[in-house]
Amino acid sequence: MPHQLSEAGVTEPVTPAPPSPRRRRRLQPGRATPWSALLWLGPSLLLIFGVVIFPAFELIRASLSDYSITGLRKGSAGLKNYTDVLAHPDLWVVLRNTGIWVIVVVALTILISLALAQLMAKDFVGRRIMRWSIIVPWAASLVITARLFTLILDYNHGILNRLLIWLHLINEPVDFLGDDRFTMPSMIGVGVFVSIPFTAYVLLAGLNSIPDDIYEAARVDGARPSQIYRLITLPLLRPAILVASVLNLIYVFNSFPVVYTLNDRNPGFSHDTSITFSYKLAFKSAEHSVGMSAAAGIFNVVLILLVVMVYLRLIKWKEVTQA
Amino acid sequence: MTTDTLPRPPIRSRTSTRRRIRPWLLSLWGLAVTAIFVAPYAVMLLDALRPSGDVLASPPSFLPRTWQWNTFGTVLGDERFIAWLKTSLLVATSSTVIVVLVAVPAAFFTARFRFPGRTAFLLLVLITQMFSPTSLVVGIYREFFELNLVNTYLAIILTNSAFNLAFAVWILQGFFSSIPRDVEEAANLDGAGRIGTLWHIMLPLIRPGLVTAVIFTFIAAWNEYVVALTLMQDDAKKPLTVGINSYVTGYEQHWDQLFAASIIAIVPVVILFAVIEKHLVGGLTAGSVK
Repeated sequence: MPHQLSEAGVTEPVTPAPPSPRRRRRLQPGRATPWSALLWLGPSLLLIFGVVIFPAFELIRASLSDYSITGLRKGSAGLKNYTDVLAHPDLWVVLRNTGIWVIVVVALTILISLALAQLMAKDFVGRRIMRWSIIVPWAASLVITARLFTLILDYNHGILNRLLIWLHLINEPVDFLGDDRFTMPSMIGVGVFVSIPFTAYVLLAGLNSIPDDIYEAARVDGARPSQIYRLITLPLLRPAILVASVLNLIYVFNSFPVVYTLNDRNPGFSHDTSITFSYKLAFKSAEHSVGMSAAAGIFNVVLILLVVMVYLRLIKWKEVTQA
Repeated sequence: MTTDTLPRPPIRSRTSTRRRIRPWLLSLWGLAVTAIFVAPYAVMLLDALRPSGDVLASPPSFLPRTWQWNTFGTVLGDERFIAWLKTSLLVATSSTVIVVLVAVPAAFFTARFRFPGRTAFLLLVLITQMFSPTSLVVGIYREFFELNLVNTYLAIILTNSAFNLAFAVWILQGFFSSIPRDVEEAANLDGAGRIGTLWHIMLPLIRPGLVTAVIFTFIAAWNEYVVALTLMQDDAKKPLTVGINSYVTGYEQHWDQLFAASIIAIVPVVILFAVIEKHLVGGLTAGSVK
């Protein structure tokens, strides 16, 4: 918790003398020359430019190139890859899927995690075990969890169908991953399941940072629990909710293994999001086109930048970061 | 929390009846949540303990029809598995070390000093946070192909380090900013240089942030899939996430081994997480949720 941290910072190590008025100016952030900045930031810049920015340029170059089936560059393609992607018959389905996937998964994740974080913050028998159990899907790799769910949700030998029939909730097995009505909801379910742990922990951290005396004061004033939640907890939790939703937007948009694995059986792009779409264009489709895949990758990067910027604009990010 | 307060009489009668019910109710909710999160992995464990044919039997059975206790032994005795495990450990550890070594100076410096280009740098970090290796995978492949680094550990380690750097810088920067400046002033008066201050004074104070950054990087690198899938062609050099998929392919179907291998990959991470759970909550608070 930040309060303890900063208190420990002041009292523990050196107990500085009370600052005299003249020293106050030196408490402002120090200035540094660009030269020394380069020294301290150099390794970061090297890594970012070498392995993030440079590939981004390679991606742009690839998107403007024509490749043979085996991946050899044959020459420039102009903007053909981009127009090919825009003219792709499945593009609108893919964009619609992406929208549904991102909005529904992020919204459900945040809502469920809000409730879950409340529960995690309470003191009760079994709390520790519950907290550990929430860690499990976080610790398991997404590929593993996704493969596990292809089996659990299977039509013939999936244990979920068996369980639902045993509970008399359904009479016949449901083809969760093959039936068009169920494929997207199933993927969303798994997406939410794997996104909750991280989100719940971020929100729990936010809850813990709200000082207890605020609650005490509200209770003494006779506030009802629902009022306390709406008027105290939620506003003070706002920064945590923002961080959680921005990171979730990014993670869910970029999420590959869940969509790719659960949807593996289905031909075509009818349940793909833009990320799996661009991957399949290069490595697993009739097109087999590195150039088109690169163009779609550029669209993806631009799309997520736009989505995050619009979101930050919507929730007025500035006022939070300035705090 | 509520036990030591003395609320006013009208509220008191209500809360005291609720107080008797609530612990049970909470535990019940806790149990339900635990069941939901553990259930899929319980299925995984049960599937690891039965022959692959039984996993795919139709109709499925909740418990194994025949128990097969030696799956874990089989997997641990499989030299392919050991090779994948080694790769995963090597990649995750090296990436984490690189991220910490690179992120700490950058986070410290941007938190403590004003200089031309500071905003540009922070913006760059924020933008890299939005890039995923998946959307750039074609570019990453082309780059390492031209550098002749396809199929090397170095390529994967560098990629994991670069894409996890942003989060670490972000978290650590928040922590460095939250330390009162007088602490550093005092150290400076005592004659410690910038590096001395960072090492002896600042790092111990931001330990929760450091723990969070380390764990996040390690987990992300441990679980990375797409880049390793694309860059590693040599079967023995694949990390676990990619390697274990060859237990279930069109040619062989060893679901039992796939799941046993998965559990072996998950358990150390869960234990690691459980041990640092308290730090984790603190780390997320001061860093990202300032």
